[in-house]
Amino acid sequence: MKEPRVTSLWTYANPKKFIETTDKLLPWVAMLALICLVTGLIWGFFFTPDDYRQGATVKIIYIHVPSALMAINAWLMMLVASLVWIVRRHHVSALAARAAAPVGLVMTLIALATGAIWGQPMWGTWWAWDPRLTSFLVLTLFYFGYIALWAAIENDDTAADLTSILCLVGSVFAVLSRYAVNFWNQGLHQGASLSLDEKENVADVFYHPLLVSIAGFVLLFIALVLLRTRTEIRARRTRALLARERMN
Amino acid sequence: MIALLIRDLRLAMRAGGGFGLGLAFFLIVVVLVPFAVGPQSSLLSTIAPGVLWLGALLACLLSLDRILALDWEDGSLDLLAVSPLPLEAVVSLKALAHWLTTGLPLVLAAPVLAVLLNMPSEGYEPLIMSLLLGTPALSVIGTFGAALTVGLKRGGLLLSLLVLPLYVPTLIFGAEAARRGMVGLEITVPMLMLGGITCGAIALLPFASAAVLRVNLR
Amino acid sequence: MSLIVRDMAIARGGVPVLQGVSFDVQPGQALVLRGPNGIGKTTLLRCVAGLQPVLSGQVNTDADRLAYVAHADGIKSVLSVAENLSFWAQIFGRSDISAALEAYQLTALADRPAGLLSAGQKRRLGLARLLVTGRQLWIMDEPTVSLDGEAVHMFASAIRMHLSGGGSALLATHIDLGLAEAHVLDLAPYRATTMAGDAFDEAFL
Repeated sequence: MKEPRVTSLWTYANPKKFIETTDKLLPWVAMLALICLVTGLIWGFFFTPDDYRQGATVKIIYIHVPSALMAINAWLMMLVASLVWIVRRHHVSALAARAAAPVGLVMTLIALATGAIWGQPMWGTWWAWDPRLTSFLVLTLFYFGYIALWAAIENDDTAADLTSILCLVGSVFAVLSRYAVNFWNQGLHQGASLSLDEKENVADVFYHPLLVSIAGFVLLFIALVLLRTRTEIRARRTRALLARERMN
Repeated sequence: MIALLIRDLRLAMRAGGGFGLGLAFFLIVVVLVPFAVGPQSSLLSTIAPGVLWLGALLACLLSLDRILALDWEDGSLDLLAVSPLPLEAVVSLKALAHWLTTGLPLVLAAPVLAVLLNMPSEGYEPLIMSLLLGTPALSVIGTFGAALTVGLKRGGLLLSLLVLPLYVPTLIFGAEAARRGMVGLEITVPMLMLGGITCGAIALLPFASAAVLRVNLR
Repeated sequence: MSLIVRDMAIARGGVPVLQGVSFDVQPGQALVLRGPNGIGKTTLLRCVAGLQPVLSGQVNTDADRLAYVAHADGIKSVLSVAENLSFWAQIFGRSDISAALEAYQLTALADRPAGLLSAGQKRRLGLARLLVTGRQLWIMDEPTVSLDGEAVHMFASAIRMHLSGGGSALLATHIDLGLAEAHVLDLAPYRATTMAGDAFDEAFL
């Protein structure tokens, strides 16, 4: 029989196809991630001038900003994957959402930790109940809840259904929390480091290495999620094989 | 539909514990606060709205797992799922029954406990209004959490972990409205936001709760 | 209304248990499911009741005309027998419970809290619930557990009356109810042998 031509993105939602494709893809993504991270961080740490106000402490920006970006984007990715699971019931997307959660959580924790380390010399305090910081703390709680729910339910499909709905509801409440926190306390944190408005941006000399590190973090995230999704698929396959074993 | 509400209220009255437990917990939390932070009345009156809101929230949380777990154990939920009553209505009524037996008593008890915390008299009205507006959201969100964890053996702790982040906006706007009201600031904005969250939760969350319950029942 | 099941495959806990099951239950008929423990009788009944999705095949029935009795009766121990029963009657949009109390000889116990009933009496209350629903198709999972001989007779005559009124019944039981008119379906030949229809796990194998 002739292999059907790949015509739709959904073909990759087949676990087998996904494993085959990522077999080839993963090393490249991982390598690119490594190159971007090393270039971005070395460039940023050693080949940019100190800030006239903040001195060398500004250099933590090359970790802080990318990890903070990825913390939010990871949740967005989980939201999209959850929607795909709810609407089209492609199992790989449910497993990808599951795989992304711990990565997102770690990114959030890195952003919080680097923020605290940066905040100490700048604001004179490790922690302030600033809206951005507080939002990230709340985001951490959402990640914990999501991961805990996945871990608590034995049946894979049930867990996928429940966590998807939790992710949808959680996203709405996460946005609400963001506005609530903004309303509750106007803070110390500077505005966006990156935006389309040229004037608000950090200077070019910081900007370019920052972009490279962000690309590195994005690629790192993709590589980790692919890797973890493959692990989840194989774990699922093991369970399916065991179930078949029990039957015979 | 009213039959389910009446049954749940009757069960809460007769079973004992369910009805008064939340109130007693609320009282204890508020009594413990001065032991923890000291008896200066200026400090206590400053933090009174926040303490009362947090106490009410925790008392609410305490009784969440009873909303659906008892009906799950004795098989009533299965039977309700094949009854003419849609599950959306079932979870809405369960949330309403929870609010009537837990939320409303907390709202009524709050002013009495506010006396213990030396809250100035201007603060009472905004406190009661904000609790009245906010506690229904706590019940509805809590029912969603209860539906998520209904099949789990030790779901209590997980339930708290899932529900508490969802309570953040309600707590912020509610406590903020009560605090601002006490010091004489404008409270329209937080009150409107609080009301908006409550209305949105009541309108939309029952669909999520029912969907989750259907998954858990199969 | 008739219940028509065609080529049904079902799973319990992700493992397929039955496949290729087909049967009809017409108005006035009763079908008794038999088979060893673990064959999937409860799962089959839950699928027909619409509580659980089937793996494949068709179940044609009207969800608004069936009533379901599970192992657990959903009885609240702090409510009285009459309160328990009239709650379910109201849920199904009815009010009269006296006939149901009569049929299972619960009239004398009507005001007793259900928590004080014996296991057999509780079971009778659970079965009386079927009579107050006014539904046409009864789906019953081991309805005679903990019933004594006399109560089994009450149950059998309740079913007989239900069938003569154009109702139908699908039940899983091990004992002989003395219902001559009931058909029997042995599930043992339908035990699942392959991973039937589970598209997901299939994709992994």
